[in-house]
Amino acid sequence: MKVSVEYQALAPIIILLASGVLSVLVEAFIPRTLRRPIQLMLVLASIVLAFAYVVINATAELAGDPLVNGGQVKGLRELAASGSIAIDGPGMVIQGIILLISFVAALLLAERQIDPQGDAFASRSSTLPGSEDERQFTAQGWLQTEIWPLYLFCVGGLLLFPVSNDFLTMFVALEVFSLPLYLIASMARRRRLLSQEAALKYFILGAFSSAFFLFGAALIYAATSSVNFSTVAVAMENSSQDGLIIPGIGMIAVGLLFKVGAVPFHQWVPDVYQGSPTPLTAFMSAATKVAAFGALLRVFYVAFGGMRWDWRPMMWVVAVLSMVIGSLLAVTQTDMKRMLAFSSVAHTGFILLGVISTSAAGLSSTLFYLLAYGFTSVGVFAIVGLVRDASGEATHLSQWAGLGKKSPWIATIFALFLLALAGIPLTSGFTGKFAVFTAAIDGGATPLVIVAVVASAVAAFFYARVIVLMFFTEPPVDGPSVVVPSALTTVAIGTSAAFTVLLGIAPQPVLDLVINAGLFIR
Amino acid sequence: MNPNNYLILAAILFTIGVYGVLVRRNAIIVFMSVELMLNAANLAFVAAARNTGTLDGLVIAFFVMVVAAAEVVVGLAIIVTIFRTRRSASIDEASLMKY
Repeated sequence: MKVSVEYQALAPIIILLASGVLSVLVEAFIPRTLRRPIQLMLVLASIVLAFAYVVINATAELAGDPLVNGGQVKGLRELAASGSIAIDGPGMVIQGIILLISFVAALLLAERQIDPQGDAFASRSSTLPGSEDERQFTAQGWLQTEIWPLYLFCVGGLLLFPVSNDFLTMFVALEVFSLPLYLIASMARRRRLLSQEAALKYFILGAFSSAFFLFGAALIYAATSSVNFSTVAVAMENSSQDGLIIPGIGMIAVGLLFKVGAVPFHQWVPDVYQGSPTPLTAFMSAATKVAAFGALLRVFYVAFGGMRWDWRPMMWVVAVLSMVIGSLLAVTQTDMKRMLAFSSVAHTGFILLGVISTSAAGLSSTLFYLLAYGFTSVGVFAIVGLVRDASGEATHLSQWAGLGKKSPWIATIFALFLLALAGIPLTSGFTGKFAVFTAAIDGGATPLVIVAVVASAVAAFFYARVIVLMFFTEPPVDGPSVVVPSALTTVAIGTSAAFTVLLGIAPQPVLDLVINAGLFIR
Repeated sequence: MNPNNYLILAAILFTIGVYGVLVRRNAIIVFMSVELMLNAANLAFVAAARNTGTLDGLVIAFFVMVVAAAEVVVGLAIIVTIFRTRRSASIDEASLMKY
């Protein structure tokens, strides 16, 4: 067999991983004062270049096999790296979404005006919290740039995850993006004990779930003698080894559902979202979820598509539990970041409706929802990072009282994001929910949609509660204030707000895009 | 000897690993149990490669070993950081965040 590497199709992934290596070298050889501008340029340039390649590949004139394209659909559609990676319409859309979100999140991570001591990361993560060393390094204004190589590797892994076309590539991609996230999660400047605890929990549970994924892949391999999705799909049709296949599907589902944060694999979500540095939470809640849903869709549509009658009941249960438990627990929270984390669990349930439909409409509506939710989520956590008092971020709900009177602009934009999360018309959240619910009804999941609508109503309550708290209560005397950020965060929040509004009032171009993206190739 | 028995052995090892993660309280032991689960998967891959007469499983085993090594580096770094801060590697004591 001839081994081939399709460099153009793989360019986005290669660019990000190569910049990651470069970034490590910058960290090693460039003097401290120059590192930050160089790293930042490297990160932003590589993301822009990778995005340009995604656009070029997606609009290439009939680059792939004319039979696959049917002469109708534009753009590259090919199996790259000897069938290990599938660059196709949905894959490229997801890569594009991840790159957009990574760009905006990189601006948040680079912000240095919000915290008077520097950025959101510990001056030296090796120092003990509360020690004399830590005080000295902080007083001398030490800032680390080590997050940037980690960030680049993470984005590279995220780009590979949803386009991998066999279980080995998918497992490696899973670890490539997870390991940097575990590390960055432990590096917060303030509340370092919480941050380290979040990293420990994330790591232990993440490693646990990826072991499930791997063992599931081993069982599928034992039953079908291949790990390639297309071969697995064909082999499953004629296989009689249900004793291996059904547990295999279940265990792979555990690994993937953990990454998207669906109930009952959601326990890490609130702790990790609360404990991590807030800019990282913004990135993680959006980009990781998009990539993980991309992978989930590909595995369950391509590899397990023929077994849908076996896995659908399981997904039904997971979707209902995610929507109901996510919404109900969010109501009881008193911490802003935890509340948003549970709301993210509920949104996972909504997005699963699109997965369950197993149709072209289900696929395209899921892609739209991911774009809409991703930007709203980045924006919401960006604003959470701005509300601070002397000890750092003020995340307790009671501290947000009366914020609308002190900072009407920020409070209004925050209210816009909350309305989008609740799914109020004229925001991106409504369009996304509408598309997903329609696809689910067409796919025969009407009872699920009823549960989803009820859960949305419950969810609307706790979003509205925050809005009421901000605008219709008196601010506490020594309450927190909204810090004026630098242009970086302003641009990030502005972009997220623009996407949230535009996808609500004029969603048609993006809807056309996700519909034209077509189906996964086999 | 029937290679299927190795699949059964792998499943037993995997279950021991799961039990260890769920029951043990020391982060290092929990982490060792995770490694046991990965190695159980490796054994299953190799046994399945023998069963099906394909090479994929053998190649995957090498990849998994490399990934597991990378995971050890990151995992031990996090556990050591926690240990230096708290003077304890118990995962029960890391409970500042609760409902």
